[in-house]
Parts: sequence; C-alpha cells; structure tokens
Amino acid sequence: MLPTPDTSHVSFDTIYEPSEDSYLFLDTLSSASESKWLSERFQKGTDSNPSANPVPLVIEAGTGSGVVLGFVAAHSQTIFGRRDILTLGTDVNRNACLATRETVSLAIKEIQEKDTSNNSNLQTVHASSITADLCTSLRPGTVDVLLFNPPYVPTEDLPRLPTASDNDPAISKAMSRSAKFDSDSYFLSLTYAGGADGMETTNRLLDAIPSILSARGVAYVLLCKQNRPEEVKEQIRGWGWSAETVGSSGMQAGWEKLVIVRIWKENISI
Amino acid sequence: MKVITANFVTCAVKECKTSAQSFPLHFHDAELEMSELDFQPEFIRNVVPRIDWEALRVTANELGFPTLPDVKPEGDALNDEQTLKDLHRLLLETQVMEGKLKCGNCGHEYVIKEGIANFLLPSHLV
Repeated sequence: MLPTPDTSHVSFDTIYEPSEDSYLFLDTLSSASESKWLSERFQKGTDSNPSANPVPLVIEAGTGSGVVLGFVAAHSQTIFGRRDILTLGTDVNRNACLATRETVSLAIKEIQEKDTSNNSNLQTVHASSITADLCTSLRPGTVDVLLFNPPYVPTEDLPRLPTASDNDPAISKAMSRSAKFDSDSYFLSLTYAGGADGMETTNRLLDAIPSILSARGVAYVLLCKQNRPEEVKEQIRGWGWSAETVGSSGMQAGWEKLVIVRIWKENISI
Repeated sequence: MKVITANFVTCAVKECKTSAQSFPLHFHDAELEMSELDFQPEFIRNVVPRIDWEALRVTANELGFPTLPDVKPEGDALNDEQTLKDLHRLLLETQVMEGKLKCGNCGHEYVIKEGIANFLLPSHLV
C-alpha cells in the first residue's frame, strides 16, 4: 500500500478531515486496474514524436485537506506511469487552499527524498491552489484528469456559495467569537451538504465536464447510494460518454455505500 | 501561485467565457518570489507543447520578464539549454505572491494574497 500524505498540519475547524471516502479515492486511483488504464491513456510521447502526449494537468475540485491531490502528486509514477504531471486544486474555502498547498508540496518533497529509483530531477509540480467554485475559473478544454469527492449528503437546503469577501483574511481576523463559530460551521457544512439527493453541487460539476475536459480527459466522481449512481451513469451515457464504477466500499443491504465513477470519452485520437 | 497557472485560468463570470478578451487574465501590481526547484529539462520539454504561447508571452511581459520568442520552441529548439532554463524559471520557479488578475473583458479583478488567488465572485456578479 502506498503511504498516505501527512495532513498533521491541517486544522479541521473548517476543513473536511480525511475519511472513508477520501481513502476510497486513494485506493481506487492506485489500484492495479486503474493505474494501468491511466498509464496507457497518458503514456509519454516517443522520441520521434515527443510532443504527442504532453504533461497531464490534474485538477481536484474541492480539495479540503489536499490528501487526495497530495497522494496523486506523490505517486504519479505509479498511477500515471510518469512523474511529470502538473496539479492544481480548487476549493471555496481559502483555509483549504492553504492546507492543500502545504499537503501537496510536502508529499512531493517526501517522495523525492525517498525515491532512489528516480535518477532524474523529474517530479510532479503543484501549479497552485486557488479559491474557486468547482471548475468555473478554469479554461475550457484544459483539464486532463478531474477528481471530485463532492458534498454528497442529501440535505434539505444547499448552503449558499461563498463570495469573495467570505474568504477575506482581514474580515475573519476581526470576527467576534460567535461570528467565527458561525463562519466555521458554515464552511464545514459546505464540505458535506449536497442539497436534494445530495446531488446539487455534483450536478453542476457533471454539467461542466464536456466543456472543461480535454480530448484525452477523464473525470473521477465519488457518489453515495442516495445519489443513485446507476441513474447518474445512465445520464452521462446519454451524452455519448462512458461511465463505469471503478471503485466501491461498504456494502449495505446488498448495495455499495460509496462508489467512484470514471467518466470519459472513448475513441480519442491523441 | 506558479506563473504556469495563468495559462489555465480564466474569468469566472459566465458571460466572459465566450470572449477572447477574458484570456489570459492580466497581472497587476504583482509581487514575485523565486522558489528554487531542481532543474528538470524534461518537464519543460513535455509541458511546452500544451502551453498557449501567445498568452504566456503576454503574462511574461506583464511580470517584467524578458520578451519570449515570437514562436513557440519546438523540435531542436527544445534542446537548447538556455531556452529550457529560462522557461523553467518563469513557469515553475516564479511564484506570484500578491497582486491582481484582471479580466480584459469585464474588468473584474481577482485578488492574490499569500500566493492564493481568489476567484470567487462578489454576490452581484454570481
């Protein structure tokens, strides 16, 4: 089993603490079958055509502590069959962006020091962590791998989307104790509350997939049983795309509690 | 945020997506910091093919870097050590710590603080 990135520097007042769903992500991406699939899709160009399959851009939407993106960054050689990948994380919570930057950088540094089989200086590069809503500030057609562990719990209401000023460090510093408590609870609710069927945020991300992914792009989205994964997959197939369950955990009455669905387009020409 | 980020981000306002003016976003009052990284020529060779060169030229110019060549280096030009080193420094070692990214279409400014850019919109633009 590949080591999990260190998140001991992260304060979980407003950030989702790595849990069963996060670990399912790590296990799925590093499983023999998924790593093989990804390594074939993102195989480096040959000497005669070096620009054929350039550095993949791996985006995680809603990084939280950064444990998933840090894992992918550190173990890019195992997962993608290449060390030269570029990572970028988005989260609506600025604290999560600061945490992710640290988690990913530490994870890359740690593997670099340990990995004696790496004779080159080649390593994953973390481009940045940005405060943003899902993929709405990313350039269309640029994302090669999109990872999303959503707020999937069905809730009566969907928390409102944070605005620029919700993340202003100067404002949070001046908050009273009770205002800080309310703000922390609000940010924490954003990590799990998914509105109707737990799908309101996930649906916004799914809608963006065809425009945001590159031609070789692939998305991994985690769903829980209440999200009705079979219906979600059918809906995606309706676009003419492929959708398959590639990881699952926790059986409950014959159903998996959590699944990870891979979403991609067949017949790409690279 | 590393400078390479600017090649992948655009204005978050929906109406700006279709405007060519919304990419690249324009740096203003940028404060830079260099974070040294072991030179990895292969990374640069493998990343350049996916870079929007025109946009990168604009970005480099705004950040006060020497003017990049008119055309994107390809083939043999990507074996030139100085070219690779310059691009390595610009794309991967230069961090924008403070400043703004401004949309050329709607004029909205996204603030960068301690290296984290904030792309959330104020409530009147959501």
